[in-house]
Formats: sequence, C-alpha cells, structure tokens
Amino acid sequence: MMQYDIIVVGGGHAGCEASLASARLGNKTLLVTGNIKNIADMPCNPSIGGPAKGIIVREIDALGGEMANNIDHSSLQMKMLNTKKGPAVQALRAQGDKITYPKAMLETLKSTKNLEIKESLVEHLKVEDQKIKGVILEDGKFIESKAVILTTGTYLKGMVLVGSKKTPSGPHGERDVKFLSDDLRNLGFTIQRLKTGTPPRLEKDSIDFSKTQLEPGDDTTYAFSFDNEPMYQKEDQVPCHLVYSNQKTHEIIRAHLKESSMYGGYVEGIGPRYCPSIEDKVVRFADKERHQLFLEPESLYYDDIYLQGFSTSMPHEVQEEMVHSIVGLEHAKIKKYAYAIEYDAIDPTQLKQSLETKVVENLFTAGQINGTSGYEEAAGQGLIAGINASLKLQGKDPLILKRNEAYIGVLIDDLVTKGTKEPYRMLTSRAEYRLLLRHDNADLRLREYGHQIGLINEEKYQRFQKKKQQIEEVINLLKEYKITPKKEVNEYLEKVGSTPLLDGMYLYDLLKRPEITCKEIEHFITLDYPKEVLDQVEIQIRYAGYIEKANKEAEKMLSLENIKIPVDIDYKKIKNLAHEALQKLMDIRPTSIGQASRISGVNPSDIAILSVYLKKQG
Amino acid sequence: MNDTIVAISTALGVGAISIVRVSGKDAIKIVNKQFKGKNLEKVSSHTIHYGYIVDKEEVIDEVLVSIMKAPKTFTKEDVVEINCHGGITTTNKILELMLTKGCRLAEPGEFTKRAFLNGRIDLVNAEAVMDLINVKTETARKGAIHALEGHISKYIRDLRQEILEILASIEVNIDYPEYEDIEIMTNQKLVPKIKKVKESLKQIIEKSEHSQILKEGIKTVIVGRPNVGKSSLLNHLINEDKAIVTDIEGTTRDIVEGEINLDGIPLSLIDTAGIRTTDNIIEKIGVDKSIHLIEEADLVIVVLNNNEPLTKEDQEILDKVQNKTVIVAVNKIDLENKLDMKKLEDYPLIQMSVSENKGIEELKNKIKELFHLSKITQGDYNYLSNVRQIALAKESLSILDEVEQGIADEMPIDMVEIDLKRAWDKLGEIIGETYTEELLDQLFSQFCLGK
Repeated sequence: MMQYDIIVVGGGHAGCEASLASARLGNKTLLVTGNIKNIADMPCNPSIGGPAKGIIVREIDALGGEMANNIDHSSLQMKMLNTKKGPAVQALRAQGDKITYPKAMLETLKSTKNLEIKESLVEHLKVEDQKIKGVILEDGKFIESKAVILTTGTYLKGMVLVGSKKTPSGPHGERDVKFLSDDLRNLGFTIQRLKTGTPPRLEKDSIDFSKTQLEPGDDTTYAFSFDNEPMYQKEDQVPCHLVYSNQKTHEIIRAHLKESSMYGGYVEGIGPRYCPSIEDKVVRFADKERHQLFLEPESLYYDDIYLQGFSTSMPHEVQEEMVHSIVGLEHAKIKKYAYAIEYDAIDPTQLKQSLETKVVENLFTAGQINGTSGYEEAAGQGLIAGINASLKLQGKDPLILKRNEAYIGVLIDDLVTKGTKEPYRMLTSRAEYRLLLRHDNADLRLREYGHQIGLINEEKYQRFQKKKQQIEEVINLLKEYKITPKKEVNEYLEKVGSTPLLDGMYLYDLLKRPEITCKEIEHFITLDYPKEVLDQVEIQIRYAGYIEKANKEAEKMLSLENIKIPVDIDYKKIKNLAHEALQKLMDIRPTSIGQASRISGVNPSDIAILSVYLKKQG
Repeated sequence: MNDTIVAISTALGVGAISIVRVSGKDAIKIVNKQFKGKNLEKVSSHTIHYGYIVDKEEVIDEVLVSIMKAPKTFTKEDVVEINCHGGITTTNKILELMLTKGCRLAEPGEFTKRAFLNGRIDLVNAEAVMDLINVKTETARKGAIHALEGHISKYIRDLRQEILEILASIEVNIDYPEYEDIEIMTNQKLVPKIKKVKESLKQIIEKSEHSQILKEGIKTVIVGRPNVGKSSLLNHLINEDKAIVTDIEGTTRDIVEGEINLDGIPLSLIDTAGIRTTDNIIEKIGVDKSIHLIEEADLVIVVLNNNEPLTKEDQEILDKVQNKTVIVAVNKIDLENKLDMKKLEDYPLIQMSVSENKGIEELKNKIKELFHLSKITQGDYNYLSNVRQIALAKESLSILDEVEQGIADEMPIDMVEIDLKRAWDKLGEIIGETYTEELLDQLFSQFCLGK
C-alpha cells in the first residue's frame, strides 16, 4: 500500500508551495492533481503581484517559498506601483508568461527530492476519530498519509456560467470534483458557495493597437526574489495597452442585462466586490462615461490578449457585441469567451491560525477552498500550510505570523477570525501596520523564520546576515559623521536644492530631509555598499518617526494578543455576554483577547466582560 | 455580580411616591416573600401588581410592584420596583426589610455598573448615568441626560465618519493605483479636510472644558488683606451668616465655604484668611492654606479697599494671583477714593459697595463673561462631560496636529495617513468603539470591579 507523510490535493499556486515546503522539509510528499499540464496554471489574469499581493510574494520568498523565484524566470514585464507614494505601499507587479510560468514550476516540482506527482482526482477523505488517515481517489484507491493539505481551488463542484448556461466544470473545461465537498460537509464543515469570473481573451492580430494607449514596463529592472538579480532586459519587456469602454458599450450591457448569469439570477455564489464584472460597474456606477480596460499579453508562445477589467457572464453573442463597441477592438476576434465560475469553499473560521482544520486533525486547507481569491493569497497560505503540516508531524509549535509581521499573517488572521462571505482579496487597507509590512523589508521581517524552519539554506542566510550587518554599519556611520556650515558644504546643499546649514549636523539628520538621498550623502562620505542596503538605510532613517509610531500601535495590539484565552474556556459560564458575542466566541474560539476583539459582533463591552472573567480566573 | 442589590431610587422624602428598586437573580423571589397579593414568581414580565409589603403579619405599606424579567431591563437582570408611599419612614422600612431578607445595599452607581457590564449601555452612557447621579444643577443634569441619550456618541461618530471617508479615499488610491476613475488624494487636498475636522473637534473640546464647570462648579477664592470686606462679600452672596464678620483683623482664620447657583452654574465660594506675614501660629496656618487654595482655584476675587491706597501687601496678593483668572473687586466705593485705579487698569475690575449692595450684579455678570457661561447654558449640550473623554479628544487633536506637520514635511500621503488613522482610533476610545487596555483600566477604576 502507498504511504506518505503528507498528501497535497491540487496543483495550483497553493498546492505547489505546500508540496514544495513539505518535501523540502524532508516529508515524503505526494501531490495529486487532476491534470499535470495545469500545474501552477494562471487561469485568470496573467500577472503576479500588485498592491499588497506583491508584498505577499516577497514574504513567500523571504520564508523560502517558490513563487517569487518562479515569476522572476517567466516575466514579460515588471512595474513598481505607487512609486509616488511612500515605501510602505510600493509594490511590484509582473506580467507573467502563462506558458513559461507553469513550465518552470513543474520543473522545480519534478526536481525536488521527496516529492511525487500523481494525476488523479481525490473524491473522498479517509478520517478516523476526527483524524485524517489519507485520501481515496476517483478509482477508489486509498492512499495513506499522516497529513493532508487540500488546495482544491475552484474545482469543488465547479460550475462554469455563461449567460443562462451552466456547465459543471473546472476552468479550461477540466473535470470538477463532485463528492469531496459533500464529504467535508458530512465531516462537519460548513460549505459556502463562492463565485469568481474572468474576462474574454482576444486574438492579438485582430486588435488595432494604433488606437490604444501604450503601457510599457518600467525603465528600471527588478527581481521579486531577494536572491535573484533581474532576469530580463528592460527593452525586451512586452508592453500592455489601454483602451476604454464607452457609452455604446454600456448601452449594450444595459439592454442585455437580464441575459447575464448574474443579473438573470442564475448565480448562487457570492462574487467579490473589489473585482466587479463590467455589468456590475455599469450598473453601480451609472454616471461613469467610460471604464479603463487593459490589454495584457498572456504569453510569448501564443497570441491571446487578456482584456483586464472586462469580466462578464453575458452570452457569447452579447460578448461579441460588447467587445466590438470598444475603440481599437472593432474587429477583435474573441479566442476565449468570458465566464463566471461557482465553486464550493469551507467556512475559514473552522480553521486554526496554523491552517489546520478544527474539525479534522492533521487536515490542512489553503487557497480558494478557504474563501480567498488570487494566486498570491493562495501561494502564501499553501506555504504556511506546508510548513505547519510538517511542524505538526514533528510535534512542534506552528508558525503563526502576527499582523505586524506579514501580510500573510493578516490574511490568515482575517480568514480564521472574521471568516469571509465573498472571495477574500488582500488589500493594503486590511493591514493596520502596513508601514511595517513593506516590500523592501520582507527579508528583514521573515528570513529568520525561514532559516529556523529549514527552508532558507545557509548560503542565502549568510547573504541575508551580511545585508543586515551592512545596514547597521551605514546607519552608525551616518550617526557619527558630522558636517559643519562651511562655505563649500552650504554651496553644495544649495546646489542640490536643500537649505544651507547654520549649525553642525550629523549626516543621519541630513538624510531626513526629503530632498536628500544617499546619493547626496555620498558627496561627503564614501558609501561603498549595495543599492538595496542604501535604500534600506534611507527608508529606515527618513521614516524613523512614523515607523516608531507604527511599532507603538502594534505593541498595543500585541498586549491584547498576549492575554491568552484558555483552550477549554466555557463561554456559557461567563455571565452577561451579549447573545451574538457568545455564539461567535463559541464558534470561533479565539486564542487571545486580541483575536476576540477582531471578531465582528463581539463588542468592546463583551471584551470587557471577557477580560474581567479572565482576570478573576487569574 | 451574583448577589441581589437594592436601593431607594427616588429622592428620599420628596414626592408622594418612592421607588425601591431590587436587581439580581433573586430579586423576584425575595420581594415575593414579603408581598401579599399575587404570586410574583408566576406573573409574566413587565407587569404591575397591586398588593401589600408585609413583615410577618404586619402590613408595612400598600404598594404597586413592577416585575421586569431579564434580559429586557436596565441592568439586564431581573428587576423589581416597589412603588410605595413617599416619606422617609415607610420607604426606609421597606429598604431595611429587603436588606434583612437577602439583598445587599447597592453602592452608588451600581445599577449602572451592572447595566454597563451586562452590555446594556455603552461607556459614554454609563459615564452619563454616573454624572447624573452626581449632578449639582439643572444644567448639568440636562447635559448628562443628553449624553445618556447618545447625542455625544453621535457627534463623535460623525467626526469619525468624516475621517473614515478621508482614510478610505487614500486607501483606494493605494490599492488601485492605475485607475483614473478614482480621484487621486494628495496632501494638498487633505489640508482643508483636516482643518475642518480639527475645527469641529476644537469646538467640542472648548465647549466641554467650559461645561466641566457645570459638574464641578467654579471654585472661587476670595482673597484680600484683612478687613477689606471679603467675608461681607461672601455673606452677601450666600445670604447667610456663615462667616464671622468683625472689625478685628485676622478673625477669619478658617476657610469658609458656601455655594451659590449662578444661572445654573454652581459657584463654590471660599473665603480665606487674609494673606499677610504673621507670627500667630494659628493665623499662619490659615495664610498657608489660603495660598494653597489660590493655586487650586478656577477664579480668584481679589478684594481691595477703595478707601486706602494700594499697599505693599495688596501688591503681593496681586503678584501671587497673576497666573489665575482674576477679578479685582474694589470695595467700599461709598467711601472716599484713595486707591490708585490706574494701577489696576489691566485687570477685570468691579467697583462695589457690599454694605450698600452696589456692584454685586456687575460682579456676577463679570464671572459669567469670564467663563462663557451664557454659551453653555444656552448651548446644545453636545459636549464631553468627563475628564477621560476630554483628555482623549485632546489627544486626537494633537495627533491631527501631527497630521498637519507630516503634510508640511512633505511626507508621502500613506505616512500622513498613519497619524490620521491614530486620530480615528483615539476618537473611538471616547465612545468605546476602540477597545484598548486603558479602557479596561478605566473601567476598573471607575466601577471598582474586583474579585
């Protein structure tokens, strides 16, 4: 009989990270996927990163995951977003090649020790005494394992919707998984129905690009991974283009509104508000004359162009009409029609912070099955599930990232504490301490954990240590070096648009001036250090005041986090909790006062009562 | 909170009816044992029953008893209210009876404490009830009731909403950087919005600080050399012969207090021993006390004698009070003017003659003017009525200053937003919508919670 330490069910972005983490940590791992060709597939937009999401990719890299490295090997262009704002919200986004990205990931999976890949569908779980024992495949074959990680994406009772037509299927017409969600329901999971959608793909040669606006990549080249140099030339980047919907488009949509799956009432699942279909945008923002639509290349190896911002569930013939109403797309050929897809997901409040389910021991879940949307959110959870399944088998404490440590921490805490009624997308506004959770410092925040766990090797770790040390060196240097209001000093300052000195000033304080960067500092002192070190120094010095404030706020949160709630607490014994709060506390069973305070429906007065009760128990 | 508490919840001895209120898990059982009439343990909630309160066979009073079962009561516990005939003796007798039959006497504000802890009312409500218990005047009572009705919470909530809208527009820019549909929020656009919020908050704070005196009263100290007419003034104001008034210097050695009601504002008056160098030990104690009182006073009335030139001692007194809110009251204007008025030009000045009842109204008006009392009494009661709330509002205001500083320093908008978010959180603490450990500390101190 086949026997594994950990079985990962599903080969999407969550499944890839989970199986790699598991295998790299020495567990005998099996990845079961419906179609090996679809491993690490990007069924929706051809990009990775963006606000908040890009930072998750950096965090995955800092912890020893694969996504950053993989996109570095397969990007068509990269852009740093929010460059006009502060460092806390800057984020990298890459257009990824939909052929190269999965290929690179598959190669990595295949070359990883301890990891096997099997093509099949898992239809049942084997559970004894609320503990996972393994999985049963569609052909009835049982595979034993100590832990199972479910990363089933949109495949649980997947249902593709186009107009009034419903077809049971995964993306790309793949087979859906019919029985697994019933199994989960029978085990005690609450199953909810979610919906997402994707826009049409157009044939590149049928688009009149002369009528569109060019959106090139940045002039600077980047790498997502802390261990990679940029792997492309800036002039080789493939551009995107911008077009607009117009009044005619909107009229067509209004005239056919009832024919869409959404507005025709054919959809049960709840879709994401932040990623509305074009129908939604037209209905909800009726006064907007036009909406931006981006033409994004999918791959160098085929000609499909992704029409970002035009997701719809209209029938095919209406989609044709809609697309052709757009300037530049008058003769565009639709190669693949837009569709909405519904799928089953579990209620994530049934998960522990470790992503192990509260219902079945050693069963972990990650990605869309937990109610999230997005490749990056999935990958982040997959990595954590892989790490924690492994730690659990070793009898060690799980890795739980705090809200002030990582977007991944915010993501998981939100899911398990608040649950979600729509596909959850990470937004910077979900993070209270985002100044601490920057693109640039993901390694400083998390690499230590990656190394401790065993996913960051010695070579990478030494490189990281050196960087840390250099940052400290430069800061100390600037703290010690004082310049005086000499004529030549002041002349130079005026030349670079800064105020002349009246008294002596340390370079550390000079760098706080908005117009001064390390480049100007080098006029006074040689700084022979890598750019990433100097960038880090600049950020840490310039924003020191704000960073300190953010840290103080985080400490307040942590002080509530440190008031632990006993696992066996009997909430019914606490008098006077509001009814709704009592129910929520019993369902979610938060581990700390901090977590309890974030549950919606639990009010500050309930927290006060709970705190008083805990103090009395002392 | 497992025991059952009882208290007389109407003013004792006033009015035709008194109410004895019982709250707690045994409230109905305890009252029922002393009640002759229906079996109160079997009646439905929120009903009133006629009968008698009896002690063994003796009928104590004919009463109406309201039965209110948890949770839809003020404390969210079972509550029984005994409506008995007013009058100290009867009411006290019922109270005593309840105390001997298993109730505990409620501490001041304990019903409110239970209401708060049982989630029936929010912190501002609870504080308002506590205020209501301690009010001294009608104006303060109106303010407390206003708070209880949630007007202040709404005011703060509106301010938070304004900030939240700014926060949202900043954040949507961050999360959707490439969308032209979204108005780009810049530091420049932020400036007038912040200014507006600050203005509103400033107004609330200013009003609140003035209104603090509704509750606390204006602590007024009357000082002056011996025998210039301090005690006469005090007596005149309180129409009561509390202080000993003689012509012998130094007779007012003790601090004398009286309280008057100035258009609804309590004015606590303190007469002081004269301030002068003295060898008399008893008198010296009085003098030291006077100096200490001046330090604590909200208002100092310096009384001078019109009939004498300004002495060195007068000048010393004026020097001692220079950092305080001061009114100089020149007394004895019925006598010849020997005082150099030019030296007093910089002070709010009143000329009076206590013995001829001249200038007293002017004095009162001057007090009202200095403390903006007309503003308060005619105000809308939308102010924060306790020190905790005012302190938090001030903190929010100073955080908003930091927001402006950040803008001036050309910090990126997402940095500036960090402070804006902090200000929003702080305002939340006022109405208990942001939970912090300090809030819990506050609860423990205010309601003396314990094991």
